Amino acid sequence: MNSSSGKEYMSTASSSTGWKAADAAAAADQFPAGLRVLVVDDDPTCLMILEKMLRTCLYEVTKCNRAEIALLMLRENKNGFDIVISDVHMPDMDGFKLLEHIGLEMDLPVIMMSADDGKHVVMKGVTHGACDYLIKPVRIEALKNIWQHVVRKRKNEWKDFEQSGSVEEGDRLLKQADDADYSSSANEGNWKSSKRRKDDEDETDERDDTSTLKKPRVVWSVELHQQFVAAVNQLGIDKAVPKKILELMNVPGLTRENVASHLQKYRLYLRRLSGVSQHPSNLNSSFMSPQEAAFGPLSSLNGLDLQTLAATGQLPAQSLATLQAAGLGRSAGKPGIPMPSVDQRNIFSFENPKLRFGEGQQQHVNNNKQMNLLHGIPTTMEPKQLAGLHHTAQSMGNMNVQVASNGSQSSQNNPLLMQMAQPQARGQVINDSSLGHAPRLLSPMGQPILSNGIATNVSTKTGIQENIRAPSYNPVLQTSLMLNFPTNHASELPGNSFPLGTTPGIPSLTPKVAFPEDVNSDIKGSVGFMLSYDIFSDLNQHKPQNWELQNIGMTFDASQHSNNLQGNHNHSQPVLVQQGFSSGQVNGQNKSATVVSKAMFSAGDSTGHASAQNGNQHLNSLLVDGTVRVKSETVADATPTNLYPDHFGQEDLMSALLKQQDPIAPAEHEFDFDGYSLDNIPE
Amino acid sequence: MERNPLRRQLQIMRKSLFDQGYLDEQFVQLEELQDDSNPNFVEEVVTLYYRDSARLILNIEQALERKPYNFHKLDAYMHQFKGSSSSIGAKKVKAESTLFREYCKSGNGEGCMRCFQQLKKEYATLRKKLEAYFQVARQAGPMETACRPK
Repeated sequence: MNSSSGKEYMSTASSSTGWKAADAAAAADQFPAGLRVLVVDDDPTCLMILEKMLRTCLYEVTKCNRAEIALLMLRENKNGFDIVISDVHMPDMDGFKLLEHIGLEMDLPVIMMSADDGKHVVMKGVTHGACDYLIKPVRIEALKNIWQHVVRKRKNEWKDFEQSGSVEEGDRLLKQADDADYSSSANEGNWKSSKRRKDDEDETDERDDTSTLKKPRVVWSVELHQQFVAAVNQLGIDKAVPKKILELMNVPGLTRENVASHLQKYRLYLRRLSGVSQHPSNLNSSFMSPQEAAFGPLSSLNGLDLQTLAATGQLPAQSLATLQAAGLGRSAGKPGIPMPSVDQRNIFSFENPKLRFGEGQQQHVNNNKQMNLLHGIPTTMEPKQLAGLHHTAQSMGNMNVQVASNGSQSSQNNPLLMQMAQPQARGQVINDSSLGHAPRLLSPMGQPILSNGIATNVSTKTGIQENIRAPSYNPVLQTSLMLNFPTNHASELPGNSFPLGTTPGIPSLTPKVAFPEDVNSDIKGSVGFMLSYDIFSDLNQHKPQNWELQNIGMTFDASQHSNNLQGNHNHSQPVLVQQGFSSGQVNGQNKSATVVSKAMFSAGDSTGHASAQNGNQHLNSLLVDGTVRVKSETVADATPTNLYPDHFGQEDLMSALLKQQDPIAPAEHEFDFDGYSLDNIPE
Repeated sequence: MERNPLRRQLQIMRKSLFDQGYLDEQFVQLEELQDDSNPNFVEEVVTLYYRDSARLILNIEQALERKPYNFHKLDAYMHQFKGSSSSIGAKKVKAESTLFREYCKSGNGEGCMRCFQQLKKEYATLRKKLEAYFQVARQAGPMETACRPK
């Protein structure tokens, strides 16, 4: 939904930074007036009423009717909101899932609301970390005091910050952030976040008194997160203690407390990933904000895959790093991100690299702007393909169905988010055909699907624990990939299929993918893509890591696929492609599927083709199918970051990813990966 | 008492809606949100409600055509519908929704069907009454803030 009060959600970091500084000062004086509220509810009547009520309370309101979009908005503009109010029952994502994501990635206070006042539901809100629970119909009196939650949270955080004696460190950190290279590829987002943080720091004094909107929060950039994940993996998740992680990371200005809280979240995330089978929520959460979206899907995928890949030794650490870097670079929105690891991509050899098929399709898809990758991804996903995947298999099944159903909706504004239900296989494909929503959306859209697929693939293939960081991610990836290639997809979909068409940067990736076989394997699998997308989105969330993960994820999948693929279409190629989709705004037609694949690969660049071919096998198959009936909503601008979840071959994938990411990533997104979505790629 | 006959009529209609239990306190909340910047806010919300809820009604109808009933799904639809209805203060409609959900929970298909028919009646009746009400309201002009000479 769109910004109200003139807030642009497409703004780049710089503009938001600028806005922030100016507004912050003003806001501080009138607090709580001007409190920036994001309200999420699928019921338009309630949404309208709430908006009016909040405006009457002199708050700055932004309304949103889709959870994925909300997440995108939040991710894109990390410090753009002070508090979130969300409904519990929403079609595209469970409110509690959204709550978890917000808590993990943005750490904003969230108020849940529902007509349901049953004790267990309210309790669920408490356990998931909601700071309040409102029963519908909501009265304005209940909204008048929500600012207290913002103040409370700020005070608590500030207190921690101070206690750890990190005030100075914080300043130092800021300075470092400005100079230092927080992101390997000059991640605009990161830099901007640093800038923002700086502004925040300036507001510190005010903050305490007026509880302004700023708070001295360490921004977990993609790179930082990756470092974190690397450290954790090095130590072993069980033995990773904040102190040791801090030492390993060796980031000046970072405190043990910062690491500790981040670790806690990361653990939750992992747990979610692995234990997600019951989770009704879908991976949709991997909806990544445009910036992230681009990265997200990729990241998520990458993250997951990379990690797993790395873990399984399939993906050379280097590749992962490259991919990540590439991913990061991509997020910077540099279309031409020179993917260092481009060659990596090439190393992935897809068995059936014939994305050709996909290419054609993808081209088409890509051109469609909105890749509705998930459009109606036929639920034909063959669950058995996923069989290898735990959760994901189930999820996939669901996903498909969901995807299909979602396919029909493509709201202009919603990027196509295929939410791959996590274990549940919620493959909901959020069709947002409206790429318009902002390129950002693209990423998320495609991602979800892809991620799922990828995730799944990852798990199955390498037997890597699914828990790739992004809970949603995992299932998604796998499922998506698997699904997509019901059978014959050689999953060549390497990115080609992603209709990243919309993303300007993305050179029609499509055709690169040579579908090894008959691409027709109906893209049903495309759904998978969508899933992967989610995963990636999720991964992206995790930020720094995500970026890379994305790529890796993709590659990972690719590799997986190659293994699987050889003949099976299941390639669960983590079609990060989704990302691509988003950009391409999947039109909801099957293109999405192919697009997705393409997106992934193509997303980043035309050069990706090469890789795409490798890994695209899977994708291609998926995409090629043409049948990718990803009716799913257009994967809204899957941020250019490449959606290539497709791992054609690790190397191929990587390269594909790298390539794709570049072109796809619209520069405008501020990729700021705060998400944990991608598993850290263990180096 | 309002001198202006239209306003007087409006007041009477309004009172009757409340007295007869068609509307509850939540409707007053909406009225209080109406101001100069949004002079037709209440009508806009109600219009939006009827437009959006029509979809839900249709979903429920279709679901009730498939036997055996999927109570879980029916309950979910009705939950949504109830939330919407309660937000505009549709008291009777909300009551029927609650009853419907009870029947769903106990797996009473017959009860669901009967209740739904009743719900549709209430839903339609309220719509007619509100349409008439808003028509008069538009003719009467803004109620509270109007400073037109009497």
